[in-house]
Formats: sequence, C-alpha cells, structure tokens
Amino acid sequence: MAKLIKNREIVEDNWKVLTLAANDTPETVKLPFGNVLVPLAVWQARKEDLIHREWDQGHALGVWLGPKDNPADLAADLDDLSVIGVEFPLANDGRGYSIATLLRTRYGYRGELRALGAVGRDHIHYLHRVGFDAFAIREPELAIVGLDDFSEAYQAAANQLLPLFRRRAAVA
Amino acid sequence: MYRYNDIDRRIVRERVAQFRDQTRRHLAGELSADEFRPLRLQNGLYVEKHNPMLRIAIPYGQLSSKQLRALARVTRTYDRGTGHFSTRHNLQLNWVRVDQVPDILAELAKVDMHAIQTSGACIRNITTDPLAGVSPREVADPRPWAEILRQWSTLHPEFAWLPRKFKVAISGGPDDAAGVRVHDLGLQLVRNAVGELGFRVFVGGGLGRTPILGKLLKDFLPWRHLLTYAEAILRVYNLHGRRDNLYKARIKILVQALGVEAFGRQVEEEWAHLQGGPSTLTEQEAARVATHFEAPDYEVLPKLDAGFEFARRHDAEFAAWTLRNVHEHKMPGYAAVTLSLKAPAQAPGDATAAQMEAVADLADRFGFAEIRTSQAQNLILPDVKKRDLFNLWQLARNAGLATPNIGLLSDVIACPGGDLCSLANARSLPLAAAIQDRFADRERLADIGELRLNISGCVNACGHHHVGHIGVLGIDKAGEERYQITLGGAFGLEASIGGVIGPSFAAAEVPAVIERLVENYRMCRRPHERFIDTLHRVGPESFRAAAYETNTESTESTEIEREVANG
Repeated sequence: MAKLIKNREIVEDNWKVLTLAANDTPETVKLPFGNVLVPLAVWQARKEDLIHREWDQGHALGVWLGPKDNPADLAADLDDLSVIGVEFPLANDGRGYSIATLLRTRYGYRGELRALGAVGRDHIHYLHRVGFDAFAIREPELAIVGLDDFSEAYQAAANQLLPLFRRRAAVA
Repeated sequence: MYRYNDIDRRIVRERVAQFRDQTRRHLAGELSADEFRPLRLQNGLYVEKHNPMLRIAIPYGQLSSKQLRALARVTRTYDRGTGHFSTRHNLQLNWVRVDQVPDILAELAKVDMHAIQTSGACIRNITTDPLAGVSPREVADPRPWAEILRQWSTLHPEFAWLPRKFKVAISGGPDDAAGVRVHDLGLQLVRNAVGELGFRVFVGGGLGRTPILGKLLKDFLPWRHLLTYAEAILRVYNLHGRRDNLYKARIKILVQALGVEAFGRQVEEEWAHLQGGPSTLTEQEAARVATHFEAPDYEVLPKLDAGFEFARRHDAEFAAWTLRNVHEHKMPGYAAVTLSLKAPAQAPGDATAAQMEAVADLADRFGFAEIRTSQAQNLILPDVKKRDLFNLWQLARNAGLATPNIGLLSDVIACPGGDLCSLANARSLPLAAAIQDRFADRERLADIGELRLNISGCVNACGHHHVGHIGVLGIDKAGEERYQITLGGAFGLEASIGGVIGPSFAAAEVPAVIERLVENYRMCRRPHERFIDTLHRVGPESFRAAAYETNTESTESTEIEREVANG
C-alpha cells in the first residue's frame, strides 16, 4: 500500500483517489470500495449519496480539488468532509498553494488537508506552511526531511498566522 | 543600510544548505535536469550557452564596501575575473561551475548576501531609485519599504510557483529612476492631501515580448496596507494568470484581458478579506526598519566648496566629468557620483574584480563605505563631499571608472546578448562597442547631450530597448543577425514604449544608422532641446527617412510586419 506523510509521520495510505476517465460522468461514475477522495464535480452531483455512503457503510469521505477548482465551492460543506485533497498535476503549478491558503484562512477548514500529485521533497516545506498536514506525494521517506528546511519565516501563512514582525514585537 | 540580524542570517544559511543538497542530488542523478531547473533558477543559476550563469541579488541596489569586496573575491575565485552589473540590481557571473555554486552562495552568506529568487516564476529582487535617500526631490526614502517587501517576498510559500516571474519596483517620488511603469507591480511613494504617506500603485507593466506600460490600479494606498494589498494582487494573479502559454503568463496579459477596472475589482474583493489583518504594517515595524536607513553622519558643510569650484574652472576634463557624473544631493556640500562602467571597449555594466575593489576603496575613503548599483548598469557613490570630488575623480580615472558619459549616447545599456546568453538571437556587445567607438569623441557626445540608447539581443528585452530613446533589438532572420530600431521610448514617469521605424539592419549598418538619426536630431533641434523632445516635437518621419537614407533597396517589407507583431 502507498505511503502518506501525515502529522510528520509516514503512515499507510488507505485512501483511494477517484478520477474521472474521459467517458465517466460525475453522476454515474462507480465509486471504489473504502475511503475515497472524489473530484469536486462528483461531490457536487451526489452529495446526499456520498454522505449516506459514509454513514451507512463507514467509508470515510473526502473531496479533492484540481488547480482550476474554486475552494469557495466547498465552503459550506467543510463539516461533511474528513479530508480535502488538493492536486498538483505539475510541480510548478502553484495554484494549489493559494487554494490551501484560502481553505485554511478564509473558510476556516480545520480537517486534514492533503497534497496530491507531482510535488515532493523540494516543495513540502512551502506546502506545510500554506496549511497542508498530509502529503500523498513522491518518495515520502525522502520528502519528510524537507518539512524542516527552514526554521523561521518572515511572512504570515496558514501554519503561522502572525508575520515575524508581529511575533518579534510581542516578545519585545 | 539594512543590517542583518540572527534570523535574517539563519534564513540565508538554511537556503544555502537546501540548495547544496539539491545540487548534490542533481549531480548524483537523483534529481533530473527538468526537476532541478526551477530549483536552480530560484537560486539564480541559469545554464547558458557556454557555461552556467549565476545571478546574485543586490537588494534595492545597495551594497557595503565589504560586500563589494566579497563580490570581487567570488568573481576572481569562481569566475574569470569579470562580473556584469545588470539593469535590475543584480551581479551576473557568466563562468561559474554548477558544483561550486553552493560554495559561492556560502561565501556570499558570510556577508549577508544571496541569490534567492533572482530568477524563476516568483517574486524577484525588488528594485528602487539608485539615489534613494539622497535625492533632493524624493517624497520619502523608498529603501525601508523595499526592505519590508524583500522580507515579505523572500521564501513566500504561496507565491513561489507563479504563472511567470513577478518584478516589483518602488520609487521614492516623482523622479522615477526605478521604472515603476515597466514592472509587474510599480509603487510610487506619494503623500495625500493631509500629508499621509502612501503609494500610487501601478500594475501590469513590463517589457519583453509584449511591452506595456503599467496601469494605475490605486491612486493612494496608505503605507500600512502595503503587504496585504500586494498579497491580494499576487493571489488574484496566482489563481487566474494564464499557465497555458509561457508568452501570455505575465500579469500584464491578465490585466489586459480583464481590463484594469475588472482586475482592480477582483483585487479589492480579495483585499477586503485581508485588510486590517495580521500582515497590516505597524508604526513599530516601519520605525524599526527605517532606523537601518538613517542618514550617515554628514558634516555640516557650506553649499559651495571653493576648492571644488576652482578645480572645475581650471580643469576641463574634471568639469566635463562633474557635468555628467556628479548628481545633486539633499545635503549642502555633498554630491552623489556615478562611476561609469561604460568605458570605450568595456562591455556595458561589466566590472573586473580589481575595479570592484577599487570602487570599494573609494567608498571607504570618500563615501561612508556605501555603493549603489543603477538601472543604467553603473555604480554610484551616494554621499561624497564636494571637497573630495577632485581626488575621487583622479583615483576613479586611474581605475577606468571616470568616463564622463552618464546619460549620454555612449552610456549604452545592453544585455550580455548572443556572446553569452542562450536566449539571444543576436549579439549586443560588439554592437555596443562599435557604437561607443563611433561616438568616442567627448565634445561631440556632450554636444549630442542626453540620449538613452538601449540594446537587447532578443525579444526578452533585458537591455530594455523599448524604453530607450533609441532602442536596438537583435532578431534572427533566416540565420542572420539583424537589428530592428525603435524610436521614442522613455524611462521613468515619462515612460513610453518606442515604435519600430521599419525594416531591420545588418550589424555593420547599425552604427551609421544611429549616426544619421543623431545628425537628423542635430539639424532639427532647438537650443537645449533633448533628442527625445525634438523627436516628440517634429515626429518620427524625418528620423525614419534619415535612417534609411542610403539604403536604396527597400526589402523585406512583408517580413517586417511579422517581426513587429512578434517584437
């Protein structure tokens, strides 16, 4: 089973990530057995089904957002979700960093926020700073080291809401 | 100038360690060239035509003599002994080795310097007026704000993977030497009707392939809101800037597509959530940073210095130098001095390690150990006593740093071009040398007066040809290096984008073309009228005719439209 970095530890990843193939529709795509992260479109098309599936069958439920998805579309549903995933199709597509920032600081999401896709050891520090606490990414054993690349930061971010100048002023 | 504290140092050291590990993994084959590329770019490392190039940041153009000596040391140890001061407060070393770059960065860290975010799709080195803090006309010193922005943008986790690069310039007032309207984000310090300090905000300017002047986004942004407003702009850009086409990914394209009003509404909407939040600047923080930029211990001096006036009257060469290279200072008895990096046959902006050390010595002896770099690729000593100017001039002359040509035609701004850069279509440096050679006569140059000539080796426009009074752009035409001429560009708050005059020229023709343009100006001008003002008054037609005077064959007219569209 794939590995996942979660709360600074490497754990088994017992989630499946549902993606829509070209001939799938959000309304009809078949859900896999077990915990599942579904695309935003599937969630929007089948909210009630998915909530019942979680309650009746005990399969945990999450939604993943692609870089073009608007996190505001999930703002009213945050309590229904155990995990929100944000997909990075390419390492240099930085939209996911803003999506995570908005989920944490604007919409107040407190649950697991999971980075998915083509990011790894050289991105995890910034990912952590914008609010991700779980990472289903390349080479997790290597990547986990990158969490601590920097021990201090100037600017505010989701994992440290006060910029350095305010923290410094508070100490002084 | 800003003095690093333990946290500033720690952040730079940790960055060096991070990049050392990335370089190691790359060289060990664990990180592919494609994976390594954006990481090295965000540390200033390009892989160029002949060799890797390292771009070192000189934040807002300010250097101590100690830092300049360290740059000289690094240039001598790790390069071939010559560095290139760029148009955006950077020093570029063209002959470094990839495996040695972490060592170079470690050396730089010892003097509180780095190459963080000097390239890549992130917030780049912040630029400002080279005479910040000493200019008599500035509204306020832009450097504290530049430092505040430097800290905010350094390793910003949300904005490290933007659609494309993002350049910020900040100017202290109406004399805009920073070029706020040709930057992605331009900030001009202003006071409102009740005397409060703030910024006039321009967005979406830039040169490159699609030259556009920045649009006014906000007439007055109170200083407290600098960071939250910048965050709003960057977030809108990060989420909505185009990522499907590299050439349409700059914020200027987004602003153009939406219109500045609609873009501004999105920014305001985003800002409404951030305004007043924790990133709002405090009096305490503004004061803390400002103390780093307090004026040095100026002597109380009379406005006129008898020795200086005497020397100026009796030494014509010194007088010529003071006319071009010495600038007004807010303090009586002081002046700012440009040390020209545009000697004949010197590549514009280049300085040898020995010259860097000579400049550091001059700064120690005459100028509070401080040096600035200018957008025109020269070095500046901002605080020199008029009484010392004659001595300074003699020493600078010995080091080849006293060419009296600042703002004149031979003060050519040029990118490194096809000799060194893998993007370039054509060479810039031999052309710059040929033009400097043709206009070497000092009296003739002085007679021509203020004339900005900019040369770029390709449409990326690193030589800022669009804003040259005369701009030269290298293009590739079926394997041949050709040069397109633009006229009427201007920098600063009078900024405008030059227009292409017509078909391109071969390299050998260009100096003569420039000469005919200059002669046409001399024929048309009124007394004391600058080239650019004559051009505006009489229009480009006679200049165009002069440029093509001896070119009887009017070839390639169809071809040109394509080039113009691309350029």
